Amino acid sequence: MRKGMTLFAVAAAAALVLSGCAGDEPPAPGGGDGEDTSNLYEVNDNVELEGSPTFDAATKAGKIKIGVKQDQPGLGYKDAVSGDRSGFDIEIARWMAASLGFSEDQITYEDIPSANREQALVNGDIDLYVGTYSITDKRKEMIDFAGPYFITGQGLLVLSDNEDIKSEDDLAGTKVCSATGSTPIQNIRENYPDATPVEFDVYSQCVDALKDGSVDVVTTDQLILLGYAAQEPDTLKVVGEPFTTENYGIGLPKGDDALRHYLNQVLTDGSDVWQGIYDATLGEAGVEAEQPSVDDY
Amino acid sequence: MDVLLNNLDIFVVGFRTTLVLFVWSALFSTVLGLIVGMMRVSPVPVMRGFGTFYVNLVRNTPLTLIFFFFAFGYPKLGLPEFSYTWLAIIALSLYTATYIAEVLRSGFNTVPLGQAEAARAIGLSFVPTMTRVVMPQAFRAVIPPFMSVLIALLKNTTIAAGFSVHEAGAIRAYASERGEPAMIVLLWVAFFFIVLVMILAYIQRRLEKRWKVAR
Repeated sequence: MRKGMTLFAVAAAAALVLSGCAGDEPPAPGGGDGEDTSNLYEVNDNVELEGSPTFDAATKAGKIKIGVKQDQPGLGYKDAVSGDRSGFDIEIARWMAASLGFSEDQITYEDIPSANREQALVNGDIDLYVGTYSITDKRKEMIDFAGPYFITGQGLLVLSDNEDIKSEDDLAGTKVCSATGSTPIQNIRENYPDATPVEFDVYSQCVDALKDGSVDVVTTDQLILLGYAAQEPDTLKVVGEPFTTENYGIGLPKGDDALRHYLNQVLTDGSDVWQGIYDATLGEAGVEAEQPSVDDY
Repeated sequence: MDVLLNNLDIFVVGFRTTLVLFVWSALFSTVLGLIVGMMRVSPVPVMRGFGTFYVNLVRNTPLTLIFFFFAFGYPKLGLPEFSYTWLAIIALSLYTATYIAEVLRSGFNTVPLGQAEAARAIGLSFVPTMTRVVMPQAFRAVIPPFMSVLIALLKNTTIAAGFSVHEAGAIRAYASERGEPAMIVLLWVAFFFIVLVMILAYIQRRLEKRWKVAR
C-alpha cells in the first residue's frame, strides 16, 4: 500500500509539474465551441432499462459519472483555460449519457489515465469510461465493454519533413516514443528490437520530444496521432497504415449486462448520430471512417 | 501469484533496472556527499560557502523537478548525450548527495573538537585529520541516518519511471495494459520493495554491531 501511495504522490507531483508546463499548448482543433452535435440526438426522458444496478444508482443520484481522457486533441481534450471538453470520445460520452436520460449538466467527468481505468470501474468511481479504451479479453475479466464504436490500430507520427520513415519497416535505429507501459511501446520492445523505446507519462510529452528532435517517431493508436496531426498539420504527419487492430469500446462495470445490451442497441440504432459526431470532430481532418458493428457478446 | 508469474518478464526487468539505479546512485551520492560534507566543515570559507550553496539549492528543489530538468532540459543543451537511465542516475545522485552530506556533517560534529585540535597539534593536515581521526569516529554515529537516506533513495528511484526509465515504478503501467488488476500488481511491487528495504536494514544492523565501541 505504501508503494501505492508513493506512486500516487509521484503522479500527483508530476501532474503538477506537467500542468505548469502545458500552458503554451495551442487549443484543440475545432475548439469544441463551434461544433454542435446536440441536434443529432435528444435527451431520452423515457428510458426503459431494467435490471441495471449502475443505471439505477446513477438515476437515484441524478447524475452520471463518466471517465474520460483530457490530453488527446480531437478525442478527449480539456481546454486548460476554459475547462471545456471536446472531441470524438467526449461526444460519444454525451450521446450515451443522453440515451440514458442524462443531460450535459448531469454528467460528471472524471479524468482517468489509462493505467487506472479498470480499477476506477471496479471501485465504482465511474459509471462509464469513454476514452480510447481497447477491448481485450484480459480486460473483460475485470470489466465489460459496450461497442466497439471505433476501430483503429497502431500508427506512426513523424515530422512533416521526414522522408526516411514511411512505415513500421523503417523503425530500425530510430527513437520511438509512447506512453509508459502502453501496448504500442510493449509491441515496439518485443517486435522491433532495433528501435530504441522512449517512454513518457503522456503522449503530449512525446509529441514535444518529437518536435524538438529528441525522438524520431511517436507511436500509439493512429486515431490519437491523427488528432495531433490535425492540430499542427504544418509540422506533423501520420505515415503508413495501422499495423495492429484496436477496437475501442465503452467500459462498464463487470456483469451489468442490461446496461451493456442497452448501449449496444443505442450504438446500432444510431448510425446517423455516429456519422454526425464523427464528421463534426475527427472527420474535420479529412479522413473518412465508418461505424463498426457492435459485438454484443 | 499468477499475476506475478505471468508477468515475470516485466518484474525482472523492472527491478533489475531499479537495482542498477540504486547501486550507482548510492555510490556516486556517497562519494559526492563525502566531498560536500567535508567542504561544509572545512576551514576554507569559499569551500564552506560552496557546500552550503549546493546543499541548500539542490535539497530545496523537488526531486521530480530535477528529473524534469535532466530528462527534458539537458538533452537540449547540446552537451554529451547520456541514456535516460544515466540521466536518472545523475539526478538521483545530485539530489541524494545533499542529504548524505548533511548526515555526514552531523556525524563530524559528534566528534569532540578536542580530537581535531589534538590531531592538528601532532602535525596532521586537514585531510588526514578527517580520514584518520574524525571520520572513523563519525561513521559510527551516522550509520542509522545514513541507511535511512539510502532507503529513501531506493524508493525515490520509482520517479524515474515517468522519465523513460523502464524500472519498478513502470511495472504497474505495463501490467495494467496487459489487463492485470492494478491493485494486486502494486501489492507485489510493494512486497519486493519491502524485501529490498529489509536487506538494507540487515546491513545496517551488521555495521552497527561491527563498529560498536564502549564509550
